[in-house]
This record gives sequence, C-alpha cells and structure tokens, in this order.
Amino acid sequence: MENARPPSTGATITRGAALRKGAYLTGTLAAASALATLAPSRVWALQLALLPQDQSDTLVAFAQVLYPHANLPTAVYAMVPKDLDAKAEKDPKTASLIASGCADLDKAAGGSFAKAAPDVQLTAVKGGQGTDFFNLVRGQCITSIYNNDMAFAHFGYQGASWNQGGYLHRGFQDLTWLPNPPLDASPKPWA
Amino acid sequence: MAKFSPSDDSVVVIIGSGAGGGTLANELAQKGVNVVVLEAGARQSSATFLNDEWPSFGQLAWLDKRTTSGNWRVAKDFPNLPAWTCKTVGGTTTHWAGASLRWHDYEFKAKTTYGDVEGTSLMDWPLTLEELEPYYAKAEHKMGVTRTSGVPGLPGNNNFKVMYNGAKKLGYTKCSTGHMAINSHPRDGRSGCMQIGFCFQGCKSGAKWSTLYTEIPKAEATGHLDLRPESTVLQIEHNAAGKVTGVVYVDKNGKQQRQKARIVALAANSIETPRLLLNSASSKYPDGLANSSGQVGRNYMRHMTGSVYAIFSEPVHMYRGTTMAGIVQDEVENKPSRGFVGGYEMETISLGLPFFAAFLDPGAWGSDFTHYMDNYQHVAGMWLVGEDMPQSTNRVTLNSDVKDDHGLPVPNVHYDDHKNDLAMREHAFTQGEALYKAVGAVSTFRTPPYPSTHNMGTSRMSANPADGVVNKWGQTHDIKNLFISDGSQYTTGAAENPTLTIVTLAIRQADTITGLMSKHEV
Repeated sequence: MENARPPSTGATITRGAALRKGAYLTGTLAAASALATLAPSRVWALQLALLPQDQSDTLVAFAQVLYPHANLPTAVYAMVPKDLDAKAEKDPKTASLIASGCADLDKAAGGSFAKAAPDVQLTAVKGGQGTDFFNLVRGQCITSIYNNDMAFAHFGYQGASWNQGGYLHRGFQDLTWLPNPPLDASPKPWA
Repeated sequence: MAKFSPSDDSVVVIIGSGAGGGTLANELAQKGVNVVVLEAGARQSSATFLNDEWPSFGQLAWLDKRTTSGNWRVAKDFPNLPAWTCKTVGGTTTHWAGASLRWHDYEFKAKTTYGDVEGTSLMDWPLTLEELEPYYAKAEHKMGVTRTSGVPGLPGNNNFKVMYNGAKKLGYTKCSTGHMAINSHPRDGRSGCMQIGFCFQGCKSGAKWSTLYTEIPKAEATGHLDLRPESTVLQIEHNAAGKVTGVVYVDKNGKQQRQKARIVALAANSIETPRLLLNSASSKYPDGLANSSGQVGRNYMRHMTGSVYAIFSEPVHMYRGTTMAGIVQDEVENKPSRGFVGGYEMETISLGLPFFAAFLDPGAWGSDFTHYMDNYQHVAGMWLVGEDMPQSTNRVTLNSDVKDDHGLPVPNVHYDDHKNDLAMREHAFTQGEALYKAVGAVSTFRTPPYPSTHNMGTSRMSANPADGVVNKWGQTHDIKNLFISDGSQYTTGAAENPTLTIVTLAIRQADTITGLMSKHEV
C-alpha cells in the first residue's frame, strides 16, 4: 500500500507538471482549520497527470458522499483523484474504468454528478454499489482520505511517536475523567 | 556468524525464524548443535521499523498470494489476506502484541472437558500442563514476561483506564495490565517500554520480546547458527528409506539451492507449514510428507475474535502507549451455562487512524462509519479472543488454480465458523459493549475479525498416529527426523494468545532433539 502524503501547498507548478494534461486542482484552507496551522500556506494546489477536471470533480464529490465529514477540507478529499490519477497513469484499464464510472454517475444524476443536490448524489452512489468502479473508489478513499498528515491533524491522531520518545512522558496516562486503577493492576512507570 | 556447507548433512535445518523457529534455533545453538535457519523474509531491525501503519505493513507482513473459502467474514473482507502474519527475520514476533498467558490444565483436555461437541474434531492433547510447567517458567524468564520471574507489571495507558473502570463496574475482578513480554524495566540488554504505541509495527525500543533481537543474535554469538534471510523453501526432500535429507530453496539472489540436513524442523506458521508438507509430496508420500493420517492442513484454528470500539464524551487517545495494555480474564473459564464451551479473554487494542479506517468495518461507507472517524480521539477499544472449535473441514489445502512466483500452488484457507464460535462471539460482544456502557460510552461498535493473527492446528499433536501429524514432542509420527516447531502442532487452541506456548514447546523440543541426537536415534 502506498503512503499518501499531503499535497504541496502554495501554487507552484513544476516544469514537468506544466506539460501534463490532467486537471489542476486548487483550493484554500479555512482559517479555522487545524490544517491551516500545519501548512506553509492556506492555498493548496495539485497537478494531475491524466484525469481531466470533470472526472476529478466527480471523484471528489463521490468521496464526499461516501465519507462525509462536516469540516474536512477539500484538500484531503483531493487526495482521492490524486492517488487514482497515479494508478490511471500506470494502467489504462483503470483510466477507462474511472472515465466510464464518472460518466455513469453523471448519467444517474441527470447531468453533472458533482453539481447535483445531495439526495440525487446519494441515490446515484447507492445505484452503483458493487460495481468495479464503486469498489475501486471506495477502497481508495480509505487510504487516500485517512492516511496522510492532514487527516492525522484533522482527526487528532499524533502519528509517529518514536522520534519524540514515545508517550512515556507525553500523556499515555493523562485521562482524568475516570479514577486511576490501583497500583497492583497498573504499576508505576519505570522512568 | 557461522557458515555451513550446503552438503553438510550434520546440521539441523529450521524453516522459519519466529517464535517457534527462532527459539528452537537458539536453544539448539546454545547446546552446541549446528543450525541453518532458512527465513523467507528480509532482516529488519528496531532502527528500520516504521511508526507508520501501511508502510510498516508493506515491510513486515506476509503478502504472498493466498485464497480463501468458507463462511467466515474474513473471506469476504480480505479474500487474499486470510492471515496477518509476517515475512521477515523474527517472523510474527516482530508484529505480535506481547500477551503471554499460560494455559489452564483443562485446556489441554478439551475433549474430556467439553465432551462431544457436534461437528468438531476435539481431542485431548497428548501432554499436560504439569509436564509443560517447567518449560513455561523457562519461556517466561527468557521473554521477560511481566508479573513472572520477578518482573513487575507494566503501567496502564488511557485505553486501560477505561477498560479497568468498566470491568470494575461490571463486577469483574480479574483486570490488570496482565502478563506481557514487554520490558516494564530495562532488562536483558533491552530498553524498558517507551509507550510508543506501535507494538504491531515492530518495537523500535526493543522492549517487546522478538526473536529478531533476542534469540537470533544470541544464537549467532555461539558460532552455531547460519541464518539465511530471503530464502524461500520450496520442498523438503527424503531418501528411499523415507527419512528427510534436506531442503530445496530459492536464495536471496533467486538461485535454487539445496541444503542437506540431519534433521528438518518446520516452523513456517500454520498456513505455510502444511503447505510445504503438501508441496513436498513424492511417489513415496503421494499425499504429502507426514500425512499418513490425512490430518496435514486440517483442524485449522484462528481463535474466536472480534473487537468492540466505543465512543466517549471525553477524550481517550487509545493509540498512546502499549497496544495490548490490559486484560480482563473473568470470562476465560469454561462455563457452559453461557451457551458455549471454552472461554475468552478481553484485551485492550488500539489502531492508528489509517488502520482504524481500514479495519473498523471493512467495506462500510456513510455517516455511521464517519461518525467513528470523527470521534477518533474519544474512542476506546478492546479485542476479544477465545477458543475456537477445531473442525476437520477447516483446512489449508493447495489451490492448484493459482501459482506463486516459483510455480507452486498457493494455499487456500477454508474456515467455517462453528456455532460454538458464533455463540461465544455474541457473548463477548455483549459483554464488551456492556463494559464500555458501564463507564458512559455514547455508542459502541462491533468490529468483525481482522485477518487471522493466531493460526493454529494444521499439523496437530496426537497420541495416536492415526489422529494427528506429530507426537507429544512435535516429532512427526511418520518421519523420525522431521519436526514441527510452530503453532501448527496445536491439538486445540485454548483461549490464550498462542506465542508463549509456542516458545515453551520449542524450548522443550530442543531438549528432545538433542536427546535423540546423542542417542543416535535421528
């Protein structure tokens, strides 16, 4: 499994990226977002290699229907088209599956899935359950949305701890809303 | 480190370097026996372990293709990943959580204790707790198990605080930070636990016992161990008289090699061990090695498992500190009045955000799922693990339709839940939810089994050669110089995490092997 990493923030395009034909995704993190303090800039941007703008928009909207989080920035959902783009670039079958799947969603929504009303989107998604496209995107969402530093910050997971000495002196016993177990059940730490 | 010749037929060849193989290797090397260990995986270290769940999984897990069948949910959720075991030096002792519990005496007498349970292949073990006790003590001392050998218990983390208070409210009396092979203080040249929270990803402080940095370097220091990582055994060979003579393997350069042996000990975990016996079929042994009973691959056990995760209104941060931080042992007794035989343990568990998303409810989507993700910091978790029933039809077979990189059939793992397993899981889920509700859980969730971490029984131990594959010493009934040294030997699975008993049996087996060698019986 690949480890998704946050998209670079700040609107910079590399020379190689300028030659790519995929969508160029941008957005701005809300000032109140936990990620705004993490990122060097509130503006984020992603250059896709292959997937066009409309498919990318559909995939973001699809991911938001599957895994709705009230305040999760679009920058995190944008990891889904980014990671699927990488797979599509390596495998033409995946690229055509995404293209046809996105077209099916648009058809089911009676126009643009990405711009459809929430109830229309939900019905369209439910109608596609069990298809290869649905399974591809749903599976991708699990790693793309929840396995990156932005998600860690948003959901309050502290990630790697070894480099900070573990939690021995950083709150592994800091829960105060229940009484501490007696020492015979939970002896004192060694250090 | 020693280097032995491929034609040296005086060596003991051990296949696998985990709890069984790594321990046996060191025990034999300490007694002066020359050992070649063939390990399919690469050698990592505490320095190369990763505090990052998916990359660590890629580094350590056994990801070679496997197939599944049966009505267990793992076959639906993880059709090509029936087990969560490791392919690396140290085997699954790199990944294990460290829970080290002795069995009860009645668990070695499952048939006598539970009686005739329809649809099972229950048997008593051909050995007793009393016989194993001195070896349990040696294993506990070797591994530094807490609350044994003068080693203090570990401090409980936040996840344990929730479990402890819930257990007390429920009237349970046996709740503590348990018996763990994790240093509560510096010991045996290794650090005390730093409460890192990545026990499953390989312990970066070395506080958790793993053969990778205990048994194996100690064995290497004797000059009697030749460890060959990235060496995949394809076949065990035998002579006309039926004795095994060595193994054929693919080395780290992809080149086929043959290593001669006086004895072969197989410790490749309970899926690869029977697979290798079956893949070694010959004209003399058409059904595979050591398989005159037809029991090789059968009676596959994986423990009754499940998890309960609960959301609280206050923060928990379950991921901080040891993963298996505490245990409730009030449900481990055999009380058939609950509607099932055998018992189960309740052990804290935590998953980082990436694995919580992947394993909470595989395949799920929508707001019920995201509600748990949104409340990640407020979640406490426990794993439920109990004795599952051995069934003859739950088995590892060769899937001739799917071949591995070497052209050999991959293993298919078939498992149907027994109604006793289902009744126990229902009881355990109910109790786990009640425990959390007793301390104010806002909501609770029943997480289905993960891919099997406890794999047992596919070359089982029996008094009668017609009923099983090995005798009480792990020596195969059919071939005197072929031994099984992992959890495949298990006649039944008991409720306890299997590693301590695997290590115990390996220490005992080393005595058996050196005894037989000195008497020239093998």
